[in-house]
Amino acid sequence: MPLDPSFVGRSYPPTAPYEVGREKIREFARAIGASDPAYHDVAAARALGHPDLVAPPTFPILFTWAAGYHLVEDPELGLDFGRVVHGEQRFSYTRPVYAGDHLVCTVVVEEVRSRAGHDFMTTRTDVATEGGEPVLSGWTKLVVRGGA
Amino acid sequence: MQPGDRLAPQTFRVTRADLVQYAGAALDFNPIHWSDRVAAKVGLPGVIAHGMLTMALVGRAVTGWAGDPAAVVDYSVRFTRPVVVPDDDTGTEVEVSAVVKSVDEDGQALLNLTATCLGENVLAQARAVIRSPRPQPGGQEPFAQEPTGQDQGSQDQGSQDQSGPE
Repeated sequence: MPLDPSFVGRSYPPTAPYEVGREKIREFARAIGASDPAYHDVAAARALGHPDLVAPPTFPILFTWAAGYHLVEDPELGLDFGRVVHGEQRFSYTRPVYAGDHLVCTVVVEEVRSRAGHDFMTTRTDVATEGGEPVLSGWTKLVVRGGA
Repeated sequence: MQPGDRLAPQTFRVTRADLVQYAGAALDFNPIHWSDRVAAKVGLPGVIAHGMLTMALVGRAVTGWAGDPAAVVDYSVRFTRPVVVPDDDTGTEVEVSAVVKSVDEDGQALLNLTATCLGENVLAQARAVIRSPRPQPGGQEPFAQEPTGQDQGSQDQGSQDQSGPE
């Protein structure tokens, strides 16, 4: 069953805040083998002019992916997650993510289409602090193989 | 860093243990990244790396070239081919290279990125925009300060990025 194209433009309520923890940044950085002191050592990050530990560029997948997950599970959309592959990913940053940030995600469906027997869905997740300061946007394109 | 510069290739080894560690850190427990049985069932040639792990490794190369872990202002990839990770002690390797496509008047550089595994591209349309490095105390100005007016990367740029490899 093809995805429902009427989902384009649909947005979802902001998520509960994700608190960016120092240990989570360190754990994520270790898992990708990134030893930069700004990811691990608060004093080193501050010496570079940052308020706290810096998160690696792809760290936001932790909360942007989770923010889109209730969409994936929406029975009206008709997404068979067993056939989903991650097609594309983009992050555009207003500023780096820092330990201590409390980040709220708002998900919008930007594109739903079918081509060559596959379905494609692109979501944009706007990430801001609880105070409304924009931090980054993430785009995720999912491909549903043989979905059409 | 000037338009046309090729940045020094970086190689990253990926083993099954790395996939397990990444799964835990990223909270991505899709079994195609750890179960041969499930990977075979969905038609994959074997357990594959998380696309986001590949993107993270390419990101390490980018921040390394920039000389600044917080330099990335825009970063995008298309996942085109899986990185198959055999169940042995050596795993596989992802090789990452880049060409500087353009440097704008603010010193932001656009990098066209290439990632290969076993000689085949695993990403397409992979690009990063990195901000100009902070001026070093007593050092020369990073990147070019002259406006380019174009994004075709054809103009000669100013000083070299001090920290980036050739």
